[in-house]
Amino acid sequence: MKAVITVIGKDQVGIIATVSAKCAQFGANITEITQSVLDKYFAMIMIADISALEGDFAKFADELKALGEKSGLDIRCMHEDIFDAMHKI
Amino acid sequence: MINTQDILETINMIREENLDVRTVTMGVSLYDCVSDDVDKLCSNIYDKLMSSAKNLVSTAEDIEKLYGIPIVNKRVSVTPISYVGGKAGPDGYVKIAKTLDRAAHDLGINFIGGYSALVQKGMTKGADALITSIPQALAETEMVCSSVNVGSTRAGINMDAVARMGRVVKEAAALTADRDAIGCAKLVVFANAVDDNPFMAGAFHGAGEGDCVINVGVSGPGVVEKAIRRAGDCDFSTLADVIKKTAFKITRVGQLVAYEASKRLGVPYGIVDLSLAPTPAIGDSVACILESMGLETCGGPGTTAALAMLNDAVKKGGVMASSHVGGLSGAFIPVSEDAGMIAAAECGSLTLEKLEAMTAVCSVGLDMICIPGDTTAETISGIIADEIAIGMVNNKTTAVRVIPAPGKGIGEKVEFGGLLGYAPVMRVNPVSCEQFIARGGRIPAPIHSLKN
Repeated sequence: MKAVITVIGKDQVGIIATVSAKCAQFGANITEITQSVLDKYFAMIMIADISALEGDFAKFADELKALGEKSGLDIRCMHEDIFDAMHKI
Repeated sequence: MINTQDILETINMIREENLDVRTVTMGVSLYDCVSDDVDKLCSNIYDKLMSSAKNLVSTAEDIEKLYGIPIVNKRVSVTPISYVGGKAGPDGYVKIAKTLDRAAHDLGINFIGGYSALVQKGMTKGADALITSIPQALAETEMVCSSVNVGSTRAGINMDAVARMGRVVKEAAALTADRDAIGCAKLVVFANAVDDNPFMAGAFHGAGEGDCVINVGVSGPGVVEKAIRRAGDCDFSTLADVIKKTAFKITRVGQLVAYEASKRLGVPYGIVDLSLAPTPAIGDSVACILESMGLETCGGPGTTAALAMLNDAVKKGGVMASSHVGGLSGAFIPVSEDAGMIAAAECGSLTLEKLEAMTAVCSVGLDMICIPGDTTAETISGIIADEIAIGMVNNKTTAVRVIPAPGKGIGEKVEFGGLLGYAPVMRVNPVSCEQFIARGGRIPAPIHSLKN
C-alpha cells in the first residue's frame, strides 16, 4: 500500500528533509522521489510505502498539509488508488 | 508504477480545475417507520436516520483525506414522504418535514431530500396533503428539499397537479419572500423522476430501492473546459474523444469514492451519477465549457448542439468508468449555480426559451431560474407543462425549479448564497395561458411507435 506525497510551491532548502522527517515519524517508508514542474511551480513527488503506517492516514495527511502551510507550500498526501483509478483501465 | 505526469495531471485537476466529488448521498428507506400516529412516525423517522446515517459525514471526510479529493456535499435522501405519511394532514406533514430538518442538522449533512410525492397519474390523499404543506414546510425548515413528479412517459401529464404546482411555487415564494424566495430553490417539479438521484433538490429514495444505499454524484466542469481549451482547434470527433477521456477520469474518482464509502459504511453501493454539476465559482461552469468549444456566449446559435455533444460524450466516457450508472447523469444547466450561465443571462444572450431548448438535450431542466415576482401561478404552470412535455415525449427526466422573486423585476439580482449562487431575474413571455391551464385533467401518454 502506497501514498503519493506531492509538494508544490517555490523550491526551498530543506523540503525533502522536513517531509522525510514527518514520514519517519509516522513509519512511512519513502521508496521514490522525483522532481518535476507543474505550470511554473516546483513539484516534488514522493512515493511512500504506508503498509506499516503508525497512526491514522488522515492524521498523517493533515500533518503534512500543515507542514506545507507553514512554509508556503502545498503538500498533499493521497492514497495511490486514486491515481490508479483515474489513469489505468 | 504510477507515472509522474499522471500524478501531476490529477493534482492539477484538483488544485486548479475544481475537480471534486459533488455529493455522497445515502438513500434511506422509511417504510419501516410507518405509524398511524404522526408523532410516533416522526420519532421513528428521526431514530432511523440517526442510526443509518450517523457515520456518513465522518466517513466521507475520512475518504476526502485518503484520496485528497474534496467531497463537497454529504446528503441523505429518503422514501418519498407521501408514501409513509399515512393519514397525516398538512400540519402532520409539516411536522415530518421539521423532523427531517432536525435529523439533517444533527447528522451534520448539507441537505435532506425526499419531501416528495409522485402524482403523474393521480393524487392520493397523502400526496394531496403533502403538496398542500410544501410552502410552509420549506419556509420552516432549512435543509429539507421537496420534489413532485407530475408527468411521465408512461402515464402522461397530470395537468391538475401542474396547475397546483404553479400555485405552490408562488406560495413558497411568498412565505420566504424575506429570504429571496429560498423556498422555491428547494422545490423541483419533475417528469420521469428517478429513484436513485443523489442531487438536490430532487433526490428521493425510490420505491424499488433497498433499505439503505450509497449513491455518488461526480462533477468537474472546470476539468472538461480546460481539457477542451488544451485540445485547441480540433474537429468535433477529436473534441468528443477529449471529453470522453476526461469524463472517464472524473467518473473513476466517483466510482472509487462510492466503493470506499459503501465498504466503510457497510451499505450497498447504488450508482454513480455521471453529471457535470457546476458551481458559481469561476472555472466550474458548464456554460464556459460550451463557450470553450467556440461559442461567443452561451445561449447563442450553436448552444444546443454543443450541449448535446457534451452531454453525450460525458455519458460515453463515464459509463465505462463505473460499474453502475444512474441518477440524472448528464450536464446540468442551472442558471444561478453557474458563473457562465449567470453572465450569459445578464448580457441577454441566454433566454428562458433557449434554456428550454437546451433541456431537450441534457440533464435536467429549467433549473434555478429567477423570474419576475409578478409572474402568475398560471404562467408558472405553463412553464412547468412545457418542460414536463419535453420529458414525457423524449422519455427523459426533465424538471422545473423556478424562483418568482417577490418584488423583483427583469434584470434585478437575486442572491441565495453558497452553492445556490445568485441570478438575474429573466424575462418571461407575458402572453396568458390561463385558459389552457384551467382545463385540468390529464394529457395522455405519448405513443412510442410510428417514430417519424
